[in-house]
Amino acid sequence: MEKTWNNKAWFMVLPVLLLVAFSAVIPLMTVVNYSVQDTFGNNQFFWAGTDWFTQVLDSARFWDSLVRNLIFSAVILAIEIPLGILIALNMPRKGLGVPVCLVLMALPLLIPWNVVGTIWQLLCRVDIGLLGWGLSKLGLRFAYAADPVDAWVTIIVMDVWHWTSLVVLLSYAGLVSIPEAYYQAARIDGASRWAVFRYIQLPKMKRVLLIAILLRFMDSFMIYTEPFVVTGGGPGSSTTFLSIDLVKMAIGQFDLGPAAAMSIIYFLIVLLFSWIFYTVMTRGDQA
Amino acid sequence: MARITLDHIRHAYGIRPSAPNDYALREVNHEWKDGGAYALLGPSGCGKTTLLNIISGLLQPSEGHILFDGEDVTDLPPEARNIAQVFQFPVIYDTMTVYDNLAFPLRNRGVAEPEVDRRVREILEMIDLSSWAKKTARGLTADQKQKISLGRGLVRNDVNAILFDEPLTVIDPHMKWVLRSQLKKLHRQFGFTMVYVTHDQTEALTFADKVVVMYDGQIVQIGTPAELFERPSHTFVGYFIGSPGMNVLPMQLDGTRAIVGGESVELGFAPAVAAATRLELGIRPEFLRIGREGHPVRIDKVEDIGRHKIVRATFAGQSVAAVLSEEDEVPADARIAFDPMAINIYADSWRVERGA
Repeated sequence: MEKTWNNKAWFMVLPVLLLVAFSAVIPLMTVVNYSVQDTFGNNQFFWAGTDWFTQVLDSARFWDSLVRNLIFSAVILAIEIPLGILIALNMPRKGLGVPVCLVLMALPLLIPWNVVGTIWQLLCRVDIGLLGWGLSKLGLRFAYAADPVDAWVTIIVMDVWHWTSLVVLLSYAGLVSIPEAYYQAARIDGASRWAVFRYIQLPKMKRVLLIAILLRFMDSFMIYTEPFVVTGGGPGSSTTFLSIDLVKMAIGQFDLGPAAAMSIIYFLIVLLFSWIFYTVMTRGDQA
Repeated sequence: MARITLDHIRHAYGIRPSAPNDYALREVNHEWKDGGAYALLGPSGCGKTTLLNIISGLLQPSEGHILFDGEDVTDLPPEARNIAQVFQFPVIYDTMTVYDNLAFPLRNRGVAEPEVDRRVREILEMIDLSSWAKKTARGLTADQKQKISLGRGLVRNDVNAILFDEPLTVIDPHMKWVLRSQLKKLHRQFGFTMVYVTHDQTEALTFADKVVVMYDGQIVQIGTPAELFERPSHTFVGYFIGSPGMNVLPMQLDGTRAIVGGESVELGFAPAVAAATRLELGIRPEFLRIGREGHPVRIDKVEDIGRHKIVRATFAGQSVAAVLSEEDEVPADARIAFDPMAINIYADSWRVERGA
């Protein structure tokens, strides 16, 4: 059959194109625009070329934030993905427990991010916070505002509390889609619990886990609100992640050029890592 | 291979069954012989998969015992029963190669690697997948995947029985024939005890030596395809097997004659039935003759389906179907004749034996 081409159909995507242009492309191009120019206000711009990029890439401050951020994302993935899978494996498959568990799991996801930060900031305060007060009563010295390790622990625990549910829900969705026959066949084949997980559940969860890993990586790599509320990037600059650094540079110091250059580098890093995860995890799918 | 004894098995999915209707499986008490090919045939929800899962051990029967070669296995889990089961949808471990898939049940049982290799190669040969051994199982077609599921069962030594749960559902029609004949061949060659669940009568009749017809949680008849065709022991078997199914006509008895809506049909024997039972006359469309002799009949429709003709007619107020060969003519004032030897009488849906 001859395929008919009707180029008028392209007009149908015009509204979406406009929407994306306003919400993504134009802001992005503005950032590109800033990143290659210098300004002292008054809407006067001077060509700066790649100066800002070199400046950002040469600054120790940028690399420190980047390394901190990579460590943070690695820790988050290393905790949330296995923990999420473990919880999903132990969730009930039928009965009243299912809706109860699902609602409980969804709760942290429904809380606005700055509220999550506030909750944990209050919770960890030694004078009025239940956790901070309790720990200090137990004789543990816990000061997230003064001790870098405590600050890290607080932010990581908070993120695990906030986002593990997402991994749980995605993994659970993957698990319940496995037909009963697979488990029955595995029983007949005499497979151990571990073999069932390794050869049935994990392969069937691969696609949702890919999504979970990508989302958790991108979100944790771009984390801003929670550490901003809890630690403000401190103590010192121990929890100053890329986004916090970026905002300091752009809003605090009004260095629009370097901030724009940094945004673009930041964006490319997220893109690069997402691509690596995707490529590694879908490798061999076509075989 | 083993003889399977089903000793007064009943099963209910609910917790405290009381009425007979609470049972998905109503009392099954049979012995299936070693090396036999049995088909469990019946409509959806008749309990055939329940029975199969009880044999494989995936389900514990509420009551009764199951024995393999006289040994009680009721409390044994599936992995200890040495059975193979092929499911409706192919179950394969798709990250493994074909070879590893087949080796999986042996390795799980700690069989030594040289023995694993010997068995797997043998099975690969048997199911005709030798050239695929090193390939990932993911890329295979549905019928190849089903063969792997089968192979994973066969690879263990002395499998007691191979159970099939509608294994050809997802297979392309032309491959169904190929796969079914390969199964038959394996059965003849190695003499496995096979139990095959299906709702497709063609599949059941071509596959099995003995067809077990199930209806509403019970076994209504176990017989060879010929027995099911000639002497259906329950009207359900009559309806369900054959295309079109058996004609079943309400009747009254008058000695050796059946009265169907005012017409009197000679039976040639006097069925022994208790009074006040609901009687029906059953006759297969193949044994009704449309011609110039017999009882008056009104022809409604003639369907020519190639090899033969199906005549839909109204006899004594009842619609009946008759199968005629291609050459047979349907006369203008047609009449219908019953072959007395092919008539079965049913009392409350169950067949009445012909007396001597």
